[in-house]
Amino acid sequence: MAESIAAEHEVHHPALQHHFENMEQQREASTLGMWVFLVTEIMFFGGMFFSYTLYRWLYPEAFASASNHLSLPLGAINTGVLIFSSFTMALAVYSAQTGKQRAQVICLTLTLLLGLTFLGIKAAEYKEKYDTNLIPGHLIPSRPFNPDAVHLLPGARKENVEIFFWIYFAMTGMHAVHMIIGVGVLSVILFFATRGRYGPEYHNPVEISGLYWHFVDIIWIFLFPLLYLLGRHLMGHGG
Amino acid sequence: MSEHIVSIRIYFVIFLALILGTALTVVAGLQDFPGPLNVIIALTIACIKATLVVLYFMHLRYSNRLTWVILIAALFWLAILFALTFSDYWTRHWLTA
Repeated sequence: MAESIAAEHEVHHPALQHHFENMEQQREASTLGMWVFLVTEIMFFGGMFFSYTLYRWLYPEAFASASNHLSLPLGAINTGVLIFSSFTMALAVYSAQTGKQRAQVICLTLTLLLGLTFLGIKAAEYKEKYDTNLIPGHLIPSRPFNPDAVHLLPGARKENVEIFFWIYFAMTGMHAVHMIIGVGVLSVILFFATRGRYGPEYHNPVEISGLYWHFVDIIWIFLFPLLYLLGRHLMGHGG
Repeated sequence: MSEHIVSIRIYFVIFLALILGTALTVVAGLQDFPGPLNVIIALTIACIKATLVVLYFMHLRYSNRLTWVILIAALFWLAILFALTFSDYWTRHWLTA
């Protein structure tokens, strides 16, 4: 038995699992599996996007007022950082497909560093919310949420601003958790990439990690305008 | 069906389009458009950016039909989630009014 498996390994790629006909079928199966996982993630984030929509519909002025306390420059820079990381991730997959070993390692390293940059900027934003008492409820027991810190636009009610920060922290927090998982996944991929495991014949792990990374990027593409930009145009209206 | 390799040139063009889209969103977000136009513009740009990522970075354009079916099914179910739950909240006060 052991000899026959060893003999089989000589005629096909060592990464081919025996329940697949060939590398092509294995690649398509893993890609499809990743897509199925990602659409469950769409439903997962969908619930939060719904609650955002509902409460913004109920308290539009309070939402706009609270949103103006987020840092637009930091949010915009982070969007750029994440898009750039998606670009380097796509190039990492391309390098694996075309057998450019060195470029693959460089691109994966860049993606990883950009992901960490995003998380660092996010942490700085959270710190600012901590300093200004805008972390909702009593999540920080010594610094309960202070609605008086929010500058209210006309029509906004003080008791309705906290829900925005609950939703902001839930959505960006869940997004950050996905980023942290992504950084972990990419670290493993980078480790194997440095040992030359991925090339034109076999690169499913790079490809599907890329799918996950791009998905997390897409979530942020929606979060940025919805959370950071909804009230800026009302700032000139006084109040 | 063999694997399609997207060229670096396409990746770069998509990257530039995404950065441009982000800049546009910020600029549009600072203008005061009438009615609900602000949120419509913001979401339109976001949807275009997401579509570009899905089609090119995630290779959906070159993937098999089954992948398309899975994604469209998810968006369909997401629409159900929004439509049915919103129909509840939308009509709740009708009884008391």
